[in-house]
Amino acid sequence: MTTPSTMSLAVARVRDRRRATGFARRTADRLGVVGCIAATILLVIALAAAFAPLVAPYDPDYPDLLASLSGPSPAHLLGTDALGRDILSRLIWGSRITLAGPGLVIVIATVVGTLLALLAAWRGGRTDTAVAWVLDILFAVPGIVFALIAVAIWGPSLATVVGGLAIAYVPYVARVVRGASLRERRMPYVSAAWLQGQSGTGITFTQILPNVQPIVVAQAVSSLGFAVIELAAVSFLGLGVQPPTADLGLMVKSGFDSVLRGHPAEAIAAGTLIVLIVWCVTVIGDRLTSSARSMR
Amino acid sequence: MTEPLLRLDDVRATLRLRGGEQTLLDGVSLTIGEGESLGLVGESGSGKSLTTRAITRMLDPAFRVTGEIAFDGASVLSMNPAALRRYRSRDVGMIFQDPRAHVNPVHRVGDFLTESLVRDRGVDRREAERRAVVLLDEVGVRNPEQRLRQYPHELSGGLLQRVMIASVLLAEPRLILADEPTTALDVTAQSDVMAILEEQRRARGLALLFITHDLELAAACCDRLAVMYAGQIVEQGEHVYEAPSHPYTIELLGARPSIDERVDRLPVLRYDRATHELLKAEAS
Amino acid sequence: MNRTHPVERTGASGGDPIVVARGLRKVFPGPVKDDPVIAVDDVSFELYPNECLAIVGESGSGKTTVARMLVGLETVTEGELSVRGESRAKGVKHLADRRRWAREVQYVFQDPYSSLNGRQRVGEIVATSVALHAGRGATRTEARGRAREILDSVGLGERFVDKFPHQLSGGQRQRVAIARALAADPAVIVLDEAVAALDVSIQAQILNLLADIRAEREVSYLFISHDLAVVNQISDRMIVMEQGRVVDRGRTAELLADPVHPYTRSLRAAVPRPGWKPVRRERLAVQATA
Repeated sequence: MTTPSTMSLAVARVRDRRRATGFARRTADRLGVVGCIAATILLVIALAAAFAPLVAPYDPDYPDLLASLSGPSPAHLLGTDALGRDILSRLIWGSRITLAGPGLVIVIATVVGTLLALLAAWRGGRTDTAVAWVLDILFAVPGIVFALIAVAIWGPSLATVVGGLAIAYVPYVARVVRGASLRERRMPYVSAAWLQGQSGTGITFTQILPNVQPIVVAQAVSSLGFAVIELAAVSFLGLGVQPPTADLGLMVKSGFDSVLRGHPAEAIAAGTLIVLIVWCVTVIGDRLTSSARSMR
Repeated sequence: MTEPLLRLDDVRATLRLRGGEQTLLDGVSLTIGEGESLGLVGESGSGKSLTTRAITRMLDPAFRVTGEIAFDGASVLSMNPAALRRYRSRDVGMIFQDPRAHVNPVHRVGDFLTESLVRDRGVDRREAERRAVVLLDEVGVRNPEQRLRQYPHELSGGLLQRVMIASVLLAEPRLILADEPTTALDVTAQSDVMAILEEQRRARGLALLFITHDLELAAACCDRLAVMYAGQIVEQGEHVYEAPSHPYTIELLGARPSIDERVDRLPVLRYDRATHELLKAEAS
Repeated sequence: MNRTHPVERTGASGGDPIVVARGLRKVFPGPVKDDPVIAVDDVSFELYPNECLAIVGESGSGKTTVARMLVGLETVTEGELSVRGESRAKGVKHLADRRRWAREVQYVFQDPYSSLNGRQRVGEIVATSVALHAGRGATRTEARGRAREILDSVGLGERFVDKFPHQLSGGQRQRVAIARALAADPAVIVLDEAVAALDVSIQAQILNLLADIRAEREVSYLFISHDLAVVNQISDRMIVMEQGRVVDRGRTAELLADPVHPYTRSLRAAVPRPGWKPVRRERLAVQATA
């Protein structure tokens, strides 16, 4: 007979009660105070980016060459860049790609990685070995190299870079999800489903996947931070998003030239926003990871 | 009357939570005299394990504990850190349900047994090992010298629990707190471990607080019994098993299947929280 | 008191055994190479329709391994194991066979915490099982309705249907596990220490429930347990296992009333009961043979 200690039971009971309340409350509990702050900031940035046409004060691409490199003023809150474009408007529009690009990378990597991991965990044996092999090889190559190879083949564009990075992120998701799935696979409830005569696919998607889902989400969000940085880096190198499209990585690059001329506003603004986005994503990812762990 | 070795007087433990409080120990009073054994019996959630934690002040900080816990006349709840450390390491010894969770798996059995003697009491290493060997032998561990060099995972559950008993005895405490020490063991190992614990305890005149869900086992091993329900002791005394008087105890005894006779249907406990509250209200 | 006579019960149903095990053997690769662990060695037994057979033993006796081999959770190293004349010793390959097996033998695990999917609602857990075994044509609504009936029959009313397992007590969870097993309408239910993790008060309820189920329908139990008192309450016949081998067998009431084999004697002698005192293992054997 194994009795969990009374205290953990009591605490668990209280946690259950909390779990029973709504989705918002549950999420807030998982994120904690700092996580909630990070989520709020990220939500504001995302909303601003989503409604950029409504929110941005100027057309991000409209050059006002007479007002180039002007400092912050009531007309241009963060000043203008070398071509006289409003920096704030470009930040808002740039956030679109800076969020959507890595978002797409992670969505693709998560779907592919999770499917691979579930397949490997359920089939085991040779399938598992083969998947582990592929993952190890992918692991050995830095993400940015994939992006560069993709660019070398298909030429510089956002789509190419996103595709390349997506492949690079598959093993990060797959490794974590495979480990978690193998753990779940050994649980009696999975044996019970097997004994009921449920099919392998059925067990994988109705039994195992719902139980590893918190880990999948946590890993995806954690990887998102890295993807933001890497995509910005590729843009900075001029291989991703092409000018004149507004993108934070590109803004750091074009602002970089102005820094030497004594006008750091653009580089600082774009750099700060990247850091802020990455910080938010990382904090949320950390919180989700630790709460996913504590559930087991 | 002389002060008993351990005295709990109206001990309450309240868990403070967002949106309210929960009282998990609700006025527990008990005493254990020098060399006496008390069986604290209850089902899961009754508060029996919390009571042992309260006695050693190892409750989660989220609990607020009130009432009086006195060991040999000294108030446990007001001990300073140094006194508390001394009390935990010298005065009480603890044996748990799962010995494996309470030993460091990468340390050899010998290191586990002698560590605190050498570190805290300044006993010479050789001397500590000699004492450990003697004790292992006394608790029925064969080839004690060889066992000292083994790792915990090489020992069976019953053997490891006997090693735990030896480690507690080595510290020469005055009170042993045993929290479901045989629950994870087979019946024959249970009988073995309890027999050894009783033998050694009596030989040394140690007091014992024996926590268990098994009324029959507690009755066989202890001088007195206390039955817990919902954080309260509903009944205690020397003849609780032979002549139970509280409805909960009576029903609990009836619900357990017997090895001697088979009944058509087992009587099911009708005693629940509502009954408990009602009886409580009537009593006060 | 109305005592059940196991002789009558098995005698009445009679017929061919559902489960037959002959010379069953299971060898696990040991921690060290070329040092295999023999978990089950030359075990034979029959399980007849509508009876409860207990396999009793201490940890490491191999009793759970026997049960797991019966349902295909472990492969059979050697020997014959058949259900209704069909051999199960070769293991299961096809999904259709697995489903058919499930309708013959169901399994209830010891730990009701980990044997239920924490992310499925109680109704859904049982409905999934119903849908798998109801045959073609059963709609989702029908499966749900049937699941409600089964849950109701194990004492879990309407209000439990939409609950998650973590909102239930240990006893209620074990009821869900039993309901899931009943959903397949099996001939045999393996109960692997199914009441061992429960409080005494809950244990009594589940044991009564198991008796009620047998009163209502024809079903056999293979009851794996270390607890002789529980075994005495529920089983008609028992076999005693020690270190992978069957050392004793017979009618439960007779075997426990007057154990002959030294191991059965020492097991019985170790059970706490009125007037009992714990004794050391060496003396347990002595006392048992005296």
